[in-house]
Amino acid sequence: MSNDILTKRINAARAKGRLGLIPFLPAGYPDKSRFWDEIDQLDAAGADIIEIGMPFSDPVADGPVVEHASLKCLDAGVNLAWILRELAVRKGRFKAGLVLMGYLNPVLQYGLERFARDASSAGVHGIILADVPHEESGPVRAAFDPAGLVLIPLVGLNTTPERMALYAKEGKGFVYFVSVLGTTGVQAGFDSGLPETIRTGLAAAKAAFDIPVALGFGLKHPDQLKALDGLVDAAVFGSALIRHIDNGGDSTGFMQVWK
Amino acid sequence: MKKGYFGIFGGQYVPELLMPPLLELEEAMERILPSKEFQDELQSELTHFVGRPTALTFCPNLSAKLGVKLWLKREDLAHGGAHKVNNTIGQALLTKKLGKTRLLAETGAGQHGVATALAAARFGLECVIYMGALDVERQSLNVRRMKLFGATVVPVESGTKTLKDAINAALRAWIVEQQTTHYCFGTAAGPHPFPLLVRELQSVISREARGQMLDQAGCLPDYVVACVGGGSNAIGSFHEFVPDARVKLIGVEAAGSGKPGDYHSAPLSKQGSPGVLHGMHTQLIQTPEGQILPSHSIAPGLDYPGVGPEHAAYQASGRAQYVSVTDDVALDAFVTLSRNEGIMPALESSHALGWALANAHGMKPGSHVVVCLSGRGDKDLDIVNDYLANKA
Repeated sequence: MSNDILTKRINAARAKGRLGLIPFLPAGYPDKSRFWDEIDQLDAAGADIIEIGMPFSDPVADGPVVEHASLKCLDAGVNLAWILRELAVRKGRFKAGLVLMGYLNPVLQYGLERFARDASSAGVHGIILADVPHEESGPVRAAFDPAGLVLIPLVGLNTTPERMALYAKEGKGFVYFVSVLGTTGVQAGFDSGLPETIRTGLAAAKAAFDIPVALGFGLKHPDQLKALDGLVDAAVFGSALIRHIDNGGDSTGFMQVWK
Repeated sequence: MKKGYFGIFGGQYVPELLMPPLLELEEAMERILPSKEFQDELQSELTHFVGRPTALTFCPNLSAKLGVKLWLKREDLAHGGAHKVNNTIGQALLTKKLGKTRLLAETGAGQHGVATALAAARFGLECVIYMGALDVERQSLNVRRMKLFGATVVPVESGTKTLKDAINAALRAWIVEQQTTHYCFGTAAGPHPFPLLVRELQSVISREARGQMLDQAGCLPDYVVACVGGGSNAIGSFHEFVPDARVKLIGVEAAGSGKPGDYHSAPLSKQGSPGVLHGMHTQLIQTPEGQILPSHSIAPGLDYPGVGPEHAAYQASGRAQYVSVTDDVALDAFVTLSRNEGIMPALESSHALGWALANAHGMKPGSHVVVCLSGRGDKDLDIVNDYLANKA
């Protein structure tokens, strides 16, 4: 069993009889100063892992809500240097595990090794790169491993057992299971009952991986969590949190509903 | 070399959710594409539907003025008015063999959208075209053509609302619809195997041109010149000449206005740098932070901030040379060819022609220069008329 801090955070939630909660917010959303207040609120309200989006101009895995939010942050001047600098200032402040999620190109331009060093020393535990499948992950892992930075695998409903095995061999932290064949923010095709396809996919992921399985993409309301009990270890909320903030809410209120 | 790479360029930088359809396509390319049955059907379509082989036309008037022998590979004569159909007919045929019933595609100027829509109509496939909302406005004639062929045109409102965002939207749609739908990628770019697949289908240009040169001129050309946006007509024009080391291969990118600070579409010949976009590692127009910049060209089909990975590799190896010309040079070439030879080139092709006209004086007299005339210029008449009116 992995001794990784992200794994531990989710397992600790499971030990308390609940799912690990992983909120996602694009860095600098809704604006550069309020963002860090929202992150503090998420942490204080019991987020087990906090995912911070690294904005990219061409986010092909994201739906309109996350894309719009990311582009707004880019316009406000958010970049990797700002994110890592601000995180470094706050190092040690968060109880939650920290994950950065984004796309390869900004990381590549920052420099893979330099990014791994700076992210790790800023207190980041893991990275999700939505456009780096197994085939292209070698150089990324080679740069991340020495810094102790984890590349979190991402699988979905159409990932075969053979490919899950490839990811399981190298996966650390937790595995991100995409609940729909679609982009972020698309309504997952279930309410309180879980369709057989998702059930089967999750069972395959649980069997393939010895790290926790987190379900993401399309979770909209807390009733959906009940249907996942026993099938996954954690749940990710992205577009739902952005919509909540867009509607005038804050992160504390958001977490109360879900917890 | 690693699968799907040309030197250090290429790859499959896509979400895991897109790997199954890409692997399926890879497998189909290896199994179906080389089969006699597929090749026979494709050849029949190219002959009887597309109208191939297209002519290799000698330009007597311009040749006399320039002191070199100027030849045009006439992709403007292919059905639909551009080389795009070489690719879409092949991919539509492959889609049928895969048992899929729908095509989706991106389009910038609308040429690839039209070529996809007419191929879909020919093969009884449903068709959805993603097109930047700005391009939908600028290219309304092509939107009407696509709809006439039965395609649904989806305006893309996100990002820069142009080709780059249409590709993002098409990739997103393919994630959802992969079981029934083939993504008919329009250029020799994107994730593996698209750069290879599109090159295979567009290489008919150089296969024909090489034979035609030997027949009509009795020798190989000294130069092969083609415009480069994503790079499909150029890779198709170059491919069969690559082993002929003495044939110079020239890719002509769009420099836009040429004014300092204005956007351009020339990641190879101007300030591009290596990065990852749309599934590939290639040369891109981007900020130091890795955000993709808008591109610009008067030729909508060249208006793209990236380039196919094989071109990036040919530049790195030196096998091909990449240069750029401005909007004005292309517009002048458009008019020059029309007046001197009675052929109206697309503004995209006018970039290749513009380079040849401007550089003929530096070539050995009597050099044979083949320019790929990738499309016809009717679609660009409004832009050219505005230019001429402003110049007068």
